[in-house]
Amino acid sequence: MTATGAPASEGAAPPTGTGPLSTGSAQGDASGTAARRGRRKLTPYWLLLPAGLWLALFFVAPFFYQASTSVQSGSLEDGFRVTWDFTNYSDALAMYGPHFLRSFLYAATATVLCLLIGYPLAYLIAFRAGRWRGLLLVMVIAPFFTSFLIRTLAWKTILSDAGPVVGVLKSLHVLDVTSQLGLTGDDRLLATPLAVVCGLTYNFLPFMILPLYSSLERIDLSLHEAARDLYATPATVFRKVTFPLSLPGVVAGTLLTFIPASGDYINAQLLGSPNTQMVGNAIQKQFLNVLDYPAAAAMSFILMAIILIAVSVYMRKAGTEELV
Amino acid sequence: MDLDPELYEGLPDPVRKAWERSLTSGRAAMSRRRLLRLGSLAAGGAALAACGIPPAAGSGGGTERRDPDHSKKERVLNFANWPLYIDVDDKNKKKRPTLNRFEKQSGVKVKYVEDINDNNEFYGKIKPQLAAGQDTGRDLICLSDWMAGRIIRQGWAQRLDPAHMPHAVANLEDRFRTAAHDPGRQFSYPWAGTACVVAYNKKATGGKKVTSVSQLLEDDFLKGRVSMLTEMTDTMGLAMLDTGIDPQKFTARDFDRTLARLQKAVDAKQLRRFSGNDYLDELNSGDIAACLAWAGDIVQLRIDNPDVEFALPESGYLFGTDDLLVPAKARHRANAEAMIDFYYQPREAAELAAWVNYICPVTGAKAEMEKIDKDLAEDTLIFPDAETIARGRNFRPMSTGEHARFENKFAKLIGA
Repeated sequence: MTATGAPASEGAAPPTGTGPLSTGSAQGDASGTAARRGRRKLTPYWLLLPAGLWLALFFVAPFFYQASTSVQSGSLEDGFRVTWDFTNYSDALAMYGPHFLRSFLYAATATVLCLLIGYPLAYLIAFRAGRWRGLLLVMVIAPFFTSFLIRTLAWKTILSDAGPVVGVLKSLHVLDVTSQLGLTGDDRLLATPLAVVCGLTYNFLPFMILPLYSSLERIDLSLHEAARDLYATPATVFRKVTFPLSLPGVVAGTLLTFIPASGDYINAQLLGSPNTQMVGNAIQKQFLNVLDYPAAAAMSFILMAIILIAVSVYMRKAGTEELV
Repeated sequence: MDLDPELYEGLPDPVRKAWERSLTSGRAAMSRRRLLRLGSLAAGGAALAACGIPPAAGSGGGTERRDPDHSKKERVLNFANWPLYIDVDDKNKKKRPTLNRFEKQSGVKVKYVEDINDNNEFYGKIKPQLAAGQDTGRDLICLSDWMAGRIIRQGWAQRLDPAHMPHAVANLEDRFRTAAHDPGRQFSYPWAGTACVVAYNKKATGGKKVTSVSQLLEDDFLKGRVSMLTEMTDTMGLAMLDTGIDPQKFTARDFDRTLARLQKAVDAKQLRRFSGNDYLDELNSGDIAACLAWAGDIVQLRIDNPDVEFALPESGYLFGTDDLLVPAKARHRANAEAMIDFYYQPREAAELAAWVNYICPVTGAKAEMEKIDKDLAEDTLIFPDAETIARGRNFRPMSTGEHARFENKFAKLIGA
């Protein structure tokens, strides 16, 4: 969120003087110029207004509403009252601790897998694709033309127990290995942790590839030539030149993958089993079925806090100067 | 049946007493005024003589709140229902034959919205307006019996006027008249009956029969290929029956005992999934070999896939109804009553049942069904015979607090 929000506000900040307000007030006298200068100073704020209002309405207000819900107690019938009841938080952690752990484990695994799959692909598109580049990019984005839900349901058919994928993996004894690792069981893929992680990886892969591509594509190819002129092997070129220059893409990609993946519940619901439910599922259940809004809000806040801490530690380590 | 005092929460005193009385003494509690009212109804020509226990007419007297009705002036009806729960024309999916016929006959324009996906979710949606005494914008809603009971107990359902519904009064099957959540059917009428049974895919089980919940939970042969339902009352109800507990009068201890049994199956990875309506695909493909299923779904699936079989467990199956209610402050109660009445004509009921395949609560619909589809008329999952009826058990009404506790424990179970 920080990563994508920053460039937008940066772009809007400098007074351009071509805003609709400054052009509209063309007056000749001296007081007019003063007023214009004053107005010009205000222009950036006017320009920020729509975004600010949007944030206030759709982020700040719900945020405080949920924050207050999370410290309420009561029941749906008697109404919930703010009692500063922080046991909502400790109860949520005590009851759903494994779900939090699982969420971050699955999301982190999916992010690493996305990076391992996405990087070579983005590299290929940026440097080797030639005239196929446009087509390949469209193919990366193409899945977005169908809904998230439909795509995940399609995987259910592909990975079905009697389907070809399971058949091939079984005959190659891959499933034996994964079940030794505790990723699958009973010779099937669906309703296993592996299926959930694969679903997450698949669904969030484009969010990894696109930022990677955009930062790789910006690299000046003459830098590669220069490195080779200095007797660097292709591996060294990658290690010392390409990869460091693509770091902003790596950071943006991992954030865009990890954050939504850790809150996801569709994949765990459709591809998982009762033993692979993530915290998103638990929150959804509390909100919609149990109707215990304080517990659900508290869980959302814990999830948000953990993500926020993890991301800020990560950003500090990785550095974000290049990102903006 | 021992009644939890919490069940009466939120009810004004006279209503509570009337309710208590009708639950404990049933027909004997019939007041003189009610008898008079019924007498006038019978004189009106309704075939009341045919029915056992007639539904009660309004007996509340002065304390009963009747929300102003605008049906005469506004010929509209906002009807909220579950998805795929009404007949649709095979050729033109936008046409709903029975509903369109009602519109034509009555001149009432029906705004039909399929916005109920889950009882709890929908309750969470309309509850704030009901509690604040506002119109929910819906004149007729369809909810499972236990949830309908909660709305009624809280005084958020409008009493229906039997005088406006001669067909419904006459044709409601007797066994639906004494429902625990709405004795005498003063507030609600069933849209359809639901039965939760055991189903299995013969091909996936290698021809082996699956006939009990014990098998689902404990048979190693089915490990990882069993699914149950996210609807708490259905899954818990069937598991209770299998454990030897009557879901019509279980205690919190019974609930925990059954839950522990399910938890064991989850921990052993015996259960693959808890699902809503989406188990059908997997049962069809055989990924799920056996499961708990809704009877109406199985009737439909069996038309396409003869490998799918169902079984009514020896220990009994769970039976319930999805009931039509007019929420408090709804503006078009009379229009809603007219629609309920329309669907209690055997011909319309048969046409609806032929499409949705759930249990039909209307007397005389079977004869009409024979004209539409002989096989469906013989199907005991749509028109159950006496033996089938006898084995169905209902999940007892729960107070809201109790229900929240159960639902919370159940949520924990299905989310590992």
